[in-house]
Amino acid sequence: MKKLLLAATILASLTGQVLAADSIKVGVILGYTGPIESLTPDMAASAELAMKEISDSGIFLGGMEMESIRADSTCVDSAAATANAEKLITADGVAAIMGADCSGVTGAIANNVAVPNGVVMVSPSATSPGLSQLEDKGYFFRTAPSDARQGEVIADILMSRGIKDIAVTYTNNDYGKGLSDSFGSAFAAAGGSVSMVAAHEDGKADYSAEVGALAASGSKHLAVFGYIDQGGKGMIQASLDTGAFEVFMMADGMFGESLLEAFGTDLNGSIATVPGAETAGASTFSAMAEKAGITVGGPFTGESYDAAALIALSMQAAKSSDRAAVQSKMMDVANAPGELINPGELEKGLRILAAGGEIDYVGATGVEFNDLGEVLGSYKEMEVKAGKYETVMVR
Amino acid sequence: MTDTLNALVLFSNFVLVPGIAYGSQLALGALGVTMIYSILRFANFAHSDMMAFGTMVTVLVTWWLQSIGVSFGPLPTALLALPFAIAAAVVMSLLIDKSVYQFYRKKRSSPAIFVIASIGVMFLLNGIVRFIIGPNDQRFADGERFIIKARAFKKMTGLDEGLAIKTSQCITVVVAILIVVALFWFLQKTRTGKAMRAYSDNEDLALLSGINPERVVMVTWIITAALATIAGTLYGLDKSFKPFTYFQLLLPFFASAIVGGIGNPVGAIVGGFVIAFSEVMITYAYKKFFMYLLPESMAPDGMIQLLSTDYKFAVSFIILVIVLLVKPTGLMKGKVV
Repeated sequence: MKKLLLAATILASLTGQVLAADSIKVGVILGYTGPIESLTPDMAASAELAMKEISDSGIFLGGMEMESIRADSTCVDSAAATANAEKLITADGVAAIMGADCSGVTGAIANNVAVPNGVVMVSPSATSPGLSQLEDKGYFFRTAPSDARQGEVIADILMSRGIKDIAVTYTNNDYGKGLSDSFGSAFAAAGGSVSMVAAHEDGKADYSAEVGALAASGSKHLAVFGYIDQGGKGMIQASLDTGAFEVFMMADGMFGESLLEAFGTDLNGSIATVPGAETAGASTFSAMAEKAGITVGGPFTGESYDAAALIALSMQAAKSSDRAAVQSKMMDVANAPGELINPGELEKGLRILAAGGEIDYVGATGVEFNDLGEVLGSYKEMEVKAGKYETVMVR
Repeated sequence: MTDTLNALVLFSNFVLVPGIAYGSQLALGALGVTMIYSILRFANFAHSDMMAFGTMVTVLVTWWLQSIGVSFGPLPTALLALPFAIAAAVVMSLLIDKSVYQFYRKKRSSPAIFVIASIGVMFLLNGIVRFIIGPNDQRFADGERFIIKARAFKKMTGLDEGLAIKTSQCITVVVAILIVVALFWFLQKTRTGKAMRAYSDNEDLALLSGINPERVVMVTWIITAALATIAGTLYGLDKSFKPFTYFQLLLPFFASAIVGGIGNPVGAIVGGFVIAFSEVMITYAYKKFFMYLLPESMAPDGMIQLLSTDYKFAVSFIILVIVLLVKPTGLMKGKVV
C-alpha cells in the first residue's frame, strides 16, 4: 500500500511538472481550514472553472494553460496566511493571486507579501471598508463590494422610503462596526439621523437590556447589522416580544430563510439587503456552476469566477504573464470601453484581446472597478411580504 | 396622571417584566449550582450542559407529541414533555455520578479534582447534545405566545405605551415560585430533606447519626437534574434552544449563586434577581421615562443611560467583585471554603 501511494505521488508530481512546462500558475489562496471552510471549496472550484475555460480555449497567450495552485489562508491566522502566500510567490512562482478571503488575512497578505513583491491580488470576498485605505500601489483588487457601499445603499433605501430617523444595533466585531460606521456617515450625509447605536454580543442569553435602551430612543425603526443565527436574531426576537420595534432594516448578514421560518409574518414590511443582481450573467454562471457540481447561489462563487477570469484576461491583454504587466491591464479589461463579456464567453474575450481589441468584462457579478480597484457592487433590496422575501429593486 | 401611568407601563414593559422572567430563569439555574455546592461540595461546571441535555429531550419529546397531534391548549406542549425530559436528565445525572464522581468520592478527593472532573463531564454533555440535535437554534414553543400584546394593551387602555406579557414569562414565574416553595418544603420538613441539610452541615456527624450518604447524593442529583431541566425548558420557551447559548449561561448562574451566597438556596434566588435587574436597569436609557414624569421644561436632552449596553456583563461582574470584597459570604450568608 505504501509503495502504491509513493508511486502515485511520484507519478502525480511528474505529470504536474509536465503540465507546468507550458502553463501559467495562479495562486488560489482561500481559507480551506477555519471559520469559513464550508464556503471555500465552492469558491475555489468557481475560480478553477474560469481557469479551465481559459485553458480549454487553446488561445490563451498562444496556447498556454492556466494552473491553479491552492494555498490555505486559514481566514483568521495572519502569520500562517502570510507564510503560505510567501511560498506561492517565491517557491511556486505564481503570476498573480486570486484571494484571499477574509478581510484580516487579506490585508496581511497584501501588506506583507503581495504588494512588496509586485504581485496582483484579486480578493473575491474581503468586504471590510478598511481595505480601501491599503497602500496597495494599484496591486490590490476586489470583486466583492466594500461594506462602505452597503452602508450607502442602506441609507438610500431608507431615504427613499421616507425613513429619516432610525436606531442601529450591530454585532460587536469588524463587520458590524464597519458597516454601522459607514451607514451612519452615509445616512447623516443624506439628511437622516441615527438616534442611537448599541452594539450587541453574539451568543448571549438575554437581549432585553439592549432592546430596552434602543426603544428609549423613540425611533420607529431598527437597523440590525448582525448575524442571522446569532445576536441579530436575538435582538429581533426581543424587539418583537416587547413591541419595541416592528419594522427592521436588515443587512446581508441577516439574510436567510431561517429568519422567516422563526418569525413568519411578524416581519412583514421589514427590509433586507443582500449583495447580488439578477442579471443575465448571474443566471448563466448559475447554470455553469450547477453543471460543474458547485453549490448554486453559494456566497462569493460568482465573485471567485470573476476574479480568476479577470486575471487571465489581463494577461492576454498584456500578452505576457509578467506580474507588472498583469497589473497594468486589470482596469482596462474590467471597465468600458469594449465588447461586453459574460461568463462562458471567456474564449471570445481572449480572441478579441489577441486581435488587439478592447473588452469590458461584466462576468457573473457585473464587474466595474472604481479608481481603487474595487467593484461598486449591486445590492438587492428585498421586502418581507406575507412572510416571504420579495425583491423590490436592485441598487 | 396619564403621564405617570405611561411611565410606569414603559418601565414595566422594558425593565420589570423582562427582568423578572430572566431573574427567575437565573434563580432556578443558580439553585442547582448552589445545591451541588453545599451538599456535594464542588462547583459543578457541567450544570448548564445538563440543562441543555434536559431541554434537548424536552424538544425531542415535544416534537414527537406534536407529530401525533397532542397539544396542551393555549399552553406550550413542552410542559407535557417536561416529565419525560426530567426522567432522562435524572438517569443521565445518576449515570455520570456512578461512572465519574463516585470514584472520587470514595477516594475523598479534594474539591478541585471534582471541579476538573465536572469540566470533563461538561465537554462530554456538550458533545452529546450537539451530536443528537445539532448546534443550531431550535424553536419548540407553541400554544398562545402572548397573554397580552403591546398593541392590544394600547388599544385597551388608551395609553401611549404598550405592555407585552408573554405566556412563557408568566409560566416561568409561576413555575419558579412553585418549584422554590416545593424545594424549601422538602428541605425543611421531610426526613430526606433534613438528612440532606445535615449532610451538608457536617458530613461525618451525619454519617454517625445513621444517614446514608449515597442516598443523600442520589437525591441531590435527582433534584438538581430536575431543576436544570425545568430551568432550561423555561428559558428555551422564552427565547429559543441553542446549545452554545445554554453553555454561556454558566457564568450568570455562578455569578448569581456567589452574589447571593453560594450554598444558600435563598441566596441563589436573590442573586438571580440581583444579576438580572442590574443588567437591565443600569443599562436602560431613561429618557422617555423621565419625559413622561417631568414637566416639559425639564425634559432631558440626553438618553439618561448610566452605562452603554456594551458594559452589561461588566455590571454583573463588578457586583460580583464588590460582593466578594465587602461581604465574601454573599448577600445571604453562604459557605466559604
